[in-house]
Amino acid sequence: MSFEAAVVDAAVEAAVVEAFHTERTAVLATLIRLVGDFQLAEDALQDAFAAAVATWRREGVPRRPGAWLLVAARRKAVDRLRRDKSMAERAERLAAEMRLHDPNEAGGVGSLGDADNDTASRIDDDLLRLIFTCCHPALDLSARVALTLRTLGGMTTGEIARAFLVAEPTMGKRIVRAKRKIADAHIRYRVPPDEELPERLNGVLRVVHLIFNEGYSAAHGPDLVRTDLCDSAIRLARLLSELMPQESEVWGLLSLTLLHDARRGARSDADGRYVALQDQDRSLWDRGRVSEGLRALERTDRPGTYQIQAVIAALHMQARDPDDTDWTRIAELYSALAQFDPSPVVKVNHATAIGFADGPRAGLALLNALRDDSALAGYQPLHAARAEFLVRAGDLSGAAEAYALAIGLSANAVERSELERRAAAVRRSEQA
Amino acid sequence: MPEFMLLLYAPEVEGAQERERWAALPVWEEITESLRKSGTLVANGPLHPSSSATTVRVRGDETVLTDGPFATTKEMLAGFYLLDCADLDEALRHAARLPTARYGSVEVRPLRRSAP
Repeated sequence: MSFEAAVVDAAVEAAVVEAFHTERTAVLATLIRLVGDFQLAEDALQDAFAAAVATWRREGVPRRPGAWLLVAARRKAVDRLRRDKSMAERAERLAAEMRLHDPNEAGGVGSLGDADNDTASRIDDDLLRLIFTCCHPALDLSARVALTLRTLGGMTTGEIARAFLVAEPTMGKRIVRAKRKIADAHIRYRVPPDEELPERLNGVLRVVHLIFNEGYSAAHGPDLVRTDLCDSAIRLARLLSELMPQESEVWGLLSLTLLHDARRGARSDADGRYVALQDQDRSLWDRGRVSEGLRALERTDRPGTYQIQAVIAALHMQARDPDDTDWTRIAELYSALAQFDPSPVVKVNHATAIGFADGPRAGLALLNALRDDSALAGYQPLHAARAEFLVRAGDLSGAAEAYALAIGLSANAVERSELERRAAAVRRSEQA
Repeated sequence: MPEFMLLLYAPEVEGAQERERWAALPVWEEITESLRKSGTLVANGPLHPSSSATTVRVRGDETVLTDGPFATTKEMLAGFYLLDCADLDEALRHAARLPTARYGSVEVRPLRRSAP
């Protein structure tokens, strides 16, 4: 191969990779609407990417790669349907639709994806359809998470499988099953109507928040943070804020994820040990994330589950030092949060804030009352917080017991070793 | 439009509890009538108790009959609706209207149009 040819090849490959990262999701979103089938759209788009390498090498990189890919993928979808005899009727219908909507079809690429406003808003609509379909409540929650990460979060099946510690074929099957259920059960590719929108949007936000949480405090495994999951969740929240800027809770969620993620670099030390919020080196917080998070918070216009949690995160971060934290206000905010989300976990956080605001005994009284709640039976932070307040209240043997409980319940290696370190410190002062 | 089978499962009850369920008859009639009027209803019907069921399995050349329902669980198939709906969301909406959804459960299954 000549030097010039090698340079062209490298440029074409770079263009294909670039198009894969920047255009794939939007092209897929539109393609699913056009061909009416999730799996067919994915397969056809895969074919189109494969064809792009050869064609772009021959004819040059198109001016609008996304539009080229969309047209090519539609043709590939027709080809795929024609190969399947039982699908012949559908293939011809799709081919006819293409000629109808695409006057330049004979001339190749051109009419689809013109960068006018109309097209931009149509792409937005398709992306929203894709989001709401991936997060449809008739799909199992684990399938919603996997499908959302695969189609919108920019992760491969292998990456998702590793993030959730499942074998790759298992994760692959989960995703295929979800796509099949969408087709077989007639889950329509659409944005829900107004009367269903609030509830369905909550469902979407829940999926994104779950992805972030799984990444931020990896429940299992050796690493404290799964950065790929955090990044995907933030990208999804950003996309939602662009598509639905009128929804306050979307901004709340974006703010919450950014403010938490800003502390990522400070949450473990050079040896990979967990560093609690009050001990973190604040200069390690990501200023870009903090300011984007605070800006997002300003876009919220009413209290909501995510908005309140974002305000709490902001209060933690705006304190000059840990002793300066406004725990009374944080305790009030957790009370407000309990109105939206009366979960026992919120109660634990409220009790912990009270402990810091009004003294360890006040915190312990509330935390001990929660010990009977069966939903909290395996909840490590309840016992870690009790241990912390028992130390402050001077009950070292009680603290040692509480630490032992917390350690037994912790599935994360980094977090567990920090709890063990604190438990050892308590035992030492007990003996002293 | 796709068709959806709504399978109504509920614990089988007798005596006062059974009479209490039958008291909801006007609610059932109202829902069924509204589904008929909108052209959604294809067919519906209550079923006799599961003790009247016979389950058929053919294994090899042998037809095996079991006196009873497919699975013996607390909740039994108590009735069904076959509905013509635009999509799953519409079918789920109708399922949620049925009284059985409150004390039992309603399974929604799309009807298959072609071989896989």
